[in-house]
Amino acid sequence: MQLVLRELRAAWAFVERNFNLTKRYWKWEVVFLAYTVANSVTMGFIGKGVESFSGATLDVNFLILYMLIGSILWGYLSILFEIVAETVAWERWEETIEYTFMSPISRATHLLSVCWYSILYGLLRSALILFFVSWFFNLDLSNANLAAAGGVLAVGSLSFIGLGMIAAILPLISPEKGVQVVHIFQALLLMFSGVYYEVEVLPLWMQKVAWISPATYALKGMREAILEGKPFSALNSYTLPLLLMGIVMLPVGIFTFRKMELHAKKKGLLKRNG
Amino acid sequence: MREKINFALLVNEVSKYFHKKRKKTIKAVDKVTFTIEKGETFGVLGPNGSGKSTLIRMISTLLIPDQGSISVFGYDTEKESVKVRGLINRVSVEASFFKKLSAIENLLFTAGLYGISKKQAKEKLNDIFEKIGLDKKRLGDPIEDFSRGMQQKVSIARAFLTAPQLLLLDEPTTGLDPRAKKEVQALIFEVKETYGTSILLTTHDMYEAEELCSRVSILHKGQIRKMGPVKQLKDSVPKKGLKEPTLEDVFLHYTGTSLKEENEQPVEFREVS
Repeated sequence: MQLVLRELRAAWAFVERNFNLTKRYWKWEVVFLAYTVANSVTMGFIGKGVESFSGATLDVNFLILYMLIGSILWGYLSILFEIVAETVAWERWEETIEYTFMSPISRATHLLSVCWYSILYGLLRSALILFFVSWFFNLDLSNANLAAAGGVLAVGSLSFIGLGMIAAILPLISPEKGVQVVHIFQALLLMFSGVYYEVEVLPLWMQKVAWISPATYALKGMREAILEGKPFSALNSYTLPLLLMGIVMLPVGIFTFRKMELHAKKKGLLKRNG
Repeated sequence: MREKINFALLVNEVSKYFHKKRKKTIKAVDKVTFTIEKGETFGVLGPNGSGKSTLIRMISTLLIPDQGSISVFGYDTEKESVKVRGLINRVSVEASFFKKLSAIENLLFTAGLYGISKKQAKEKLNDIFEKIGLDKKRLGDPIEDFSRGMQQKVSIARAFLTAPQLLLLDEPTTGLDPRAKKEVQALIFEVKETYGTSILLTTHDMYEAEELCSRVSILHKGQIRKMGPVKQLKDSVPKKGLKEPTLEDVFLHYTGTSLKEENEQPVEFREVS
């Protein structure tokens, strides 16, 4: 019981610390939010403009929503991925890594509490983006099944956190190049996962890669829930693979992180500077 | 059953090598053996790059030795690292805080990591702040606005907040101005007297080592060249005329960086008895 209480206090300490850091770096938060809102609005206008440059009569509301779902969902998933994947890099940059890693907490508590914060932060940020974006477009969500979309988001979060944990290993084992590789990986996910288009438009080999990305399933599931109003039960072909990926990647991520932490301790990589 | 533990720290034949580019291997710590008794303050003196920080990082469980073993109050740093981490804390050259967060936010974060409730932490901190003379009005300011001396004081408060049984002080006064240095040294002395904590102190400051440590070792090129009580170390080096050798003379004698070539110096591993 005492051990559980201790781990819970530690978990809350991470959430509170991250909240305090977000608060202190609020100017950067405003910058990133403005950038993401502008990006989402741009995507919405691209959807709106398709009719004018294609010459065909299209369902403009559908196109706008299609692009916005891609933009906002990608914003959410990439925030989860970034916060988790850069856990080590951030501590190294703040020069606190040695103190955090020599505290008597389990690594699972450490990583999972960072994940928990990333979900809270990602949801709040996405809600704010949606709020600002809705000023620009007259969105018709009468057909959307928002509960089903929420379900897909929850299952998708699990798999993206697992992916983030696996990616967090890179800055741990390579202080100099780890973060750069994480960003390349993130860019590839964006390209392969059909954020702004259907993965079927990709060359065949790219489609094969797309189907191992959790973002592909999350995006497809969300779009069918919002654009076609499908219930959660009708989205099994997306939610089951997402759930499976989450169930596999989360423990694999924690296990691999622990193993790589031992490797980093043997090689002397767990230090403030690269 | 765990055998009766007499030592706060037992470092046994510990070596750490780093493999660099072009197949170059650096022996950062080479077959180092020493013990620290409960409540003792033990000093490690050594020039830059002698292996002091590597040694501290191995005891802190941040590095795994390539050879040998380290135990803290009987717990092995590699196999029982979580238990060891609950018994130690550290103050290093860099205060290492979240710079944008306030002192109190940083300290409460540490309290959380060690399972201390906020209420308990605030009570403890009130006591610690009084002892170390920290201005409570400034605790809400970001750490980046603090002087280095003040940051070190907060760092010491952080270490004592977790009530470590073994405190690792890794050059805690390096880079501080003389006043801040004196204050931090007085603080270490006071907490040592008050809490009876076992302390491992690495330093370049001979006066600091002499004032605070009951025994001192000289570490050079990863090896312990000499170890023992300060007086006996002084007796072990040749006198220069009528003048009694100082700890600085001892240091220069065993690290071979004075007038003589360092390779000519004797290498000893035995403790002076």
